[in-house]
Amino acid sequence: MLELIDVSFAVEGEEGTKEIVKNVSLTVEDGFVALTGPNGGGKSTLAKLIAGIYTPTSGKILLDGLDITHMSVTERARAGVSYAFQQPVRFKGITVRDLINLAAGKNLSVAEACAYLSEVGLCARDYINREVNASLSGGELKRIEIATVLARGTKFTVFDEPEAGIDLWSFGNLINVFEKMHEKQKGTILIISHQERILNIADKIVVIAGGQLEKIGTRDEILPALLGAAGGTCRTLLDKIS
Amino acid sequence: MDAIQKTLLAQVADLHEIPTGAYNIRANGKSAGRASSENIEIRPKTDADGIDIIIRPGTKKESVHMPVLLSESGITETVYNDFYIGEGADVLIVAGCGIHNGGDKESRHDGIHTFHIAKGARLRYVEKHYGQGDGVGENVMNPTTVIEIDEGGEMEMETVQIKGVDSTDRITRATLAKDATLTVKENLMTHGSQTARTEFEINMNGDGCSAHVISRSVAKDKSHQLFVSRVNGNAPCNGHTECDAIIMDEASVSAVPEITANVPDASLIHEAAIGKIAGEQLMKLMSLGLSEKEAEEQIVNGFLK
Repeated sequence: MLELIDVSFAVEGEEGTKEIVKNVSLTVEDGFVALTGPNGGGKSTLAKLIAGIYTPTSGKILLDGLDITHMSVTERARAGVSYAFQQPVRFKGITVRDLINLAAGKNLSVAEACAYLSEVGLCARDYINREVNASLSGGELKRIEIATVLARGTKFTVFDEPEAGIDLWSFGNLINVFEKMHEKQKGTILIISHQERILNIADKIVVIAGGQLEKIGTRDEILPALLGAAGGTCRTLLDKIS
Repeated sequence: MDAIQKTLLAQVADLHEIPTGAYNIRANGKSAGRASSENIEIRPKTDADGIDIIIRPGTKKESVHMPVLLSESGITETVYNDFYIGEGADVLIVAGCGIHNGGDKESRHDGIHTFHIAKGARLRYVEKHYGQGDGVGENVMNPTTVIEIDEGGEMEMETVQIKGVDSTDRITRATLAKDATLTVKENLMTHGSQTARTEFEINMNGDGCSAHVISRSVAKDKSHQLFVSRVNGNAPCNGHTECDAIIMDEASVSAVPEITANVPDASLIHEAAIGKIAGEQLMKLMSLGLSEKEAEEQIVNGFLK
């Protein structure tokens, strides 16, 4: 279980202090939780606050009761937090296998490493010895990113918009990966997404807008209103145009 | 061979015992073993320190190991080795120099290697440099490599210098005939107050010849590196040099490219990138549970692999 207690995060800009996350209190219990909301609403910042890439200006973050607010990225990772980057990082010389071994914290056999790649829909044999560099496509990198997170097998995982930058063809496969992950669910998954198909498999949906928690509830409570609201916005726009 | 020399041998030649096939082992300025094979003749020079290695035309899948070991402090030597790779041969040559300097005097090995690669011959050449020892004497290696590749010949050169060499001045000069191919992969790491200078001069004289030089280096602590590449396209050809450096601590790295096309169909490219380890690479590995130092090590090891 992950608890955010009155978490705020501000940055100093040219126009003074800007609050990106404002007094967010949120409890993410075991299960598959989707975090959604408009662009620029503070979702990715929240993910980085959880992963330790940013430290909150105020407030507390607890993982199963343990205060991780001021822990480094490394300490949080060791405490059981995994974070899948929105933009997977490229390396020179580090292979897919190296990365999966580092994630698992031990040298896996080829078969074990391949199992994680198969899980994300990659033909393991073609990828295991490839460098995690620019020769891989965006979709391939995303899936390798997810495989590294799976190999960690931690109790809490946050995915930052796994669908971002994926072409239409890869998208369906990616959703399948998450659907499968939901079925075999272990621990807690917090997934930032705009995609209806991902929101559809969520046990709970959290809506963040303007840096604040707007709504939280089950899929049935949140999703219809959310889709309706999107329609509403369109209608409003159409009204203005006409 | 004593334990120190065996360690050096393992480092520079991945050898644990005397190799099979043709070899020449030089230890502390003297020959410590030599063997020719049916197709590969190794004979000492009469006019200078060094050997001639003659590989018969058509020799395939054979190798020559020629490590140099310096385990006494204060030895300085200049060695001339000439390689003649016969027409249509396809061979591997593994050279390397390991210095263990436990004293306070400079130990220095200057090797001048000249390769004559005949028509259609193929050579893979691997050179590893390694230094160790707790003395204050410096470990110095100044390798000069001269390469002449005849029509359709091919050479792949891999050089590695990862540890313990205080000062190095590496010069590689190559001349390429028609359809000749040269590929160089250089891996270099400097630390402490080491300096490394590496200079390539490639004359692309024959139609359709090609050259690729890829240098990857890491400069740590207060070390300094200078990378110079000079490529002259004198005929329709493809030349590509790339210098990719990671800079850490208080180190400094310079890359000086010079590409000259003397005919319109010479296509030459130089790429150079110097920068510190990307913050996001560290973050990614730290998010997998590595400490910052462990993450740095992984990134550097991968980069120099």
